Amino acid sequence: MTMDPRTIPIHPEGGTKSAAFEYISTKKDELVGWARKFSIFPYPFVTACCAMEFMAVSSSPYDTDRFGAALPRFSPRQSDLLMVVGTVTHKQAPILLKVYEQMCEPKWVMAFGVCATSGGFYQNYAALPGIDRVIPVDIYIPGCPPRPETVIDGIMRLQDKIARAKHPIITKDF
Amino acid sequence: MGAEVFEPITASLASGGEEAGVSHGILVVNVAPSAVEAAARALRNRFGFDVFLDVTAIDWIGQSPRFEVVWHFYSTEHKVRVRLKTRVPESAPTVASLTPLYGSAAFMERECHDMYGIGFAGNADLRPILLYEGFEGHPLRKDYPKEREQPLVPYRDWVASERGGD
Repeated sequence: MTMDPRTIPIHPEGGTKSAAFEYISTKKDELVGWARKFSIFPYPFVTACCAMEFMAVSSSPYDTDRFGAALPRFSPRQSDLLMVVGTVTHKQAPILLKVYEQMCEPKWVMAFGVCATSGGFYQNYAALPGIDRVIPVDIYIPGCPPRPETVIDGIMRLQDKIARAKHPIITKDF
Repeated sequence: MGAEVFEPITASLASGGEEAGVSHGILVVNVAPSAVEAAARALRNRFGFDVFLDVTAIDWIGQSPRFEVVWHFYSTEHKVRVRLKTRVPESAPTVASLTPLYGSAAFMERECHDMYGIGFAGNADLRPILLYEGFEGHPLRKDYPKEREQPLVPYRDWVASERGGD
């Protein structure tokens, strides 16, 4: 079983650390998680009609800046959250993979709408049946298209996930 | 509308007793595959059909000849449309390219070649336009399996294990 690089254990295999070290590192994860969950700079990978709903949720009535997730970065190298909005075709999958690989760690992926989640109602020669066949996905948002409230719920669940995750600034070699 | 425009066209294109008639305001003419280029040339040069609208095909699976290729032309002078149809067999699904007459036919013939595998003799560039290099088969043919995927990026490990490694 391969380990997700995002969850590299702080403790080396078979190593021993003092209780004080564990306390500090747990508090450090909470602190870093708290900071990171309010600075989700999204990269919108927008391909289809869900874009309209993405524009709606980005507009001022819904105010995603409350979650620090309002300012899109149009370079994958500067962003933390890859929002895949809309249907991805087999022809486009290599582009999606390249964009994902250009993003720096830590990074998260949101599948926005049923097409990105599972292919939606497409089952044919052209459509990729869910982007998780190509890249790992952290949060799935159902709906065709999802309501802005659903997207905000997804952002908040992703924030919880980020807050609870380990944030290995120091590696196992430390 | 259009009857007085259609009369000389019908007399010219269906002179050999080909099936022709007006359907929903469009003149429909069934021609032989070998007569398509001459018919299109007559439409463009003699009757003023200056816009090439589309070329597509229909897969009448189980019938012989299997494929029906359909062209649409529009006249900005008369404001009417003409539809040409022809049937080609599965063994040699080839018709003449209309790119010498209409430059805009080139991309639409590429798409029709992608989706139905219709050959267009005279179109030098029939590379995939909507599909990608390496795609096998023609997806809008009725015998292309609906669930057949040809991914460009290999699926991640969990997909293979979930499916039992097929």
